[in-house]
Amino acid sequence: METKVKLEHVSKIFGPKPKSVIPMIKRGMSKDEILKQTNHTVGVYDASLEIKKGEVFVIMGLSGSGKSTLIRCFNLLNKPTDGSIFIDGNDIVSFNSSQLKKVRQEKIAMVFQHFGLFSHRTILANVEYGLEIRDVSKEERRKIALENIEIVGLKGYEDKYPDELSGGMQQRVGLARALANDPDILLMDEPFSALDPLIRREMQLELLDIQERLQKTIVFITHDVNEAFKLGDRVAVMKDGRVVQVGTPEEIIEAPANDYISDFIKDIDRSKVFQAEHIMIKPNALVSMKDGLKVAVKEMEENGISSVFAVDRSRHLKGIITIDDAIKGIKEKQSLEDVLQRDVTVVKKDEFINDLIPKALESMFPLAVVNEEDKLIGIILRVHVLSGLVSDDVNESKEYHG
Amino acid sequence: MGKFPDIRTQLGNYVDQLVSFLDSTLEGFFDFIYFVSSRTINGIDDFLVWLPWWLFILIIIALGWYFKSIIAGVLYGGFIFLIGTFGLWEDMMTTIAIIVTAVIICLIIGIPFGIWMAFSKGFSQVMRPILDAMQTMPSFVYLIPAIFFFGLGNVSAIFATLIYALPPVIRLTELAIRGVDKEVIESAQSFGSSRWQMLRKIQLPQALPTIMAGVNQTTMMALAMVVIASMVGASGLGEQVLVAINRIDIALGFEAGISIVFLAIIIDRITNGIADKFQKHRGIN
Repeated sequence: METKVKLEHVSKIFGPKPKSVIPMIKRGMSKDEILKQTNHTVGVYDASLEIKKGEVFVIMGLSGSGKSTLIRCFNLLNKPTDGSIFIDGNDIVSFNSSQLKKVRQEKIAMVFQHFGLFSHRTILANVEYGLEIRDVSKEERRKIALENIEIVGLKGYEDKYPDELSGGMQQRVGLARALANDPDILLMDEPFSALDPLIRREMQLELLDIQERLQKTIVFITHDVNEAFKLGDRVAVMKDGRVVQVGTPEEIIEAPANDYISDFIKDIDRSKVFQAEHIMIKPNALVSMKDGLKVAVKEMEENGISSVFAVDRSRHLKGIITIDDAIKGIKEKQSLEDVLQRDVTVVKKDEFINDLIPKALESMFPLAVVNEEDKLIGIILRVHVLSGLVSDDVNESKEYHG
Repeated sequence: MGKFPDIRTQLGNYVDQLVSFLDSTLEGFFDFIYFVSSRTINGIDDFLVWLPWWLFILIIIALGWYFKSIIAGVLYGGFIFLIGTFGLWEDMMTTIAIIVTAVIICLIIGIPFGIWMAFSKGFSQVMRPILDAMQTMPSFVYLIPAIFFFGLGNVSAIFATLIYALPPVIRLTELAIRGVDKEVIESAQSFGSSRWQMLRKIQLPQALPTIMAGVNQTTMMALAMVVIASMVGASGLGEQVLVAINRIDIALGFEAGISIVFLAIIIDRITNGIADKFQKHRGIN
């Protein structure tokens, strides 16, 4: 996929002479030492990231790790002390103010933690703001604003003021306002942190939904690991102003770069990160519809299993045959088709373990995992669902004890 | 031994020379200001006196009703009627004209200064002691250069009033602009607002409730100057108070005095009500 935003060695230092501090960090002085000796605050140091078009890129870190400072570099609310930021190949750090204004007006929009709504304007006027300053005509901007208010589910609230809305609704306004500009890149600075857990979950799902439809490039900041792993296609972990690891959620869980990160992800709910395709096994045995029952029995005996999936020539799942049915069928001279059981539970490869648990419990047979074209790509036994929930080190210690 | 040494600085003389210098070199400028302000005062005064008395009372009732409550409106209307029965109707109108003119000029000068102070730390630091001095200097002192520049009359009164009443609107404008929520500013920036758009569409509207509080204070201070300003020949209720002092006329003194109190109450409540209306929907984000 094509790169949308590229950060090269971006640093942001706050203080009277920020540039003078860079060599000190290079020599290995810590953030605290620098603050003590020079009274400069190191916000971000040497961050290099590549964000691809259409991905949700999450930057995660505890408070004070520099994540909010970093996201403000993307639209130059913070001008980096050092380094370059390329958007579509152009270094925006070198832009003059009118070029920068254009980038902000057309390419990047931002959603804020405390919403940053204009309390003196109605919801409609808030959403219209970005268009208004670009001199879009009145009718046109009204039309676009109303569309986006509808997308975020606030139809009918156009003439209300922000203080008449709940927190969740206010953040929807923030989102609609950002979307109205039709930006390529959406910056979201802890947008859901100020919301209560129920609303937060709802907003997360809605964001994913909107993302699926609009395919923006999203940079999302959070301190919540579960949120990061739920939303992020890729996640960057920050500590003390540095980016310490970048990877997909699975990569980070499987191979945390250091103790800090393993500590961070200790409490992660694995069932909401890992998907069917991560825990499934490749089906060793399969029978084709044109095979006879004897072939099916032989397959099962050779692999030591008690049931086998049947597929057609293009690997579409047809059903499952149990060993008992097959032997009985051979005696009664039935065909494979006759003994085929069709009530197999089929799951998509990107379903989370969390959602698989009830299905695995209800189903008498292994779960069949299919890809986008409905082709069978794997099977999941109950035991896989459960073992997928526990992390590797827990596994190890269990073995050690027993 | 303990006596203060015989040193005499000539600070007062320098100021005197400065004022004379200004008076002679900027004569045209002062004439222009005189012309504009006296026209404004007379225009407002003539208009108010021309208004039928019952219509004026109705307007006051309507304003009180809209910004406060119907009871308040009727009460304010009653106050105005009472002032009329003291035989002070026209004096009241002159006083209102002076105050309105002074406040308008205060806003025209004060709001840009406040904005400038909000944007420039250096300018703010320079202005702060000056504003302090303007507020603490006994207001009688302003009357002297006022006479120099504008002679006796209402314009001098306006000038003295201006110096005294200007600081609150400047200070509160600065405070209000500085106080706009940081995220609101950032979000306006993130959409690519120009500085002018930011000021006009975001900062000023967000600051308006606090600026209105400044307007309220400025108006009250202008009213407080009414009697003092009458010493340089301002007409109106203040003049009546001054006359009463000279004649030791308790009746006139009380009537003119209580009229000023009534005006103060009405103006304070109505400008407060306007500020409250602005405050609505502009709560903390």
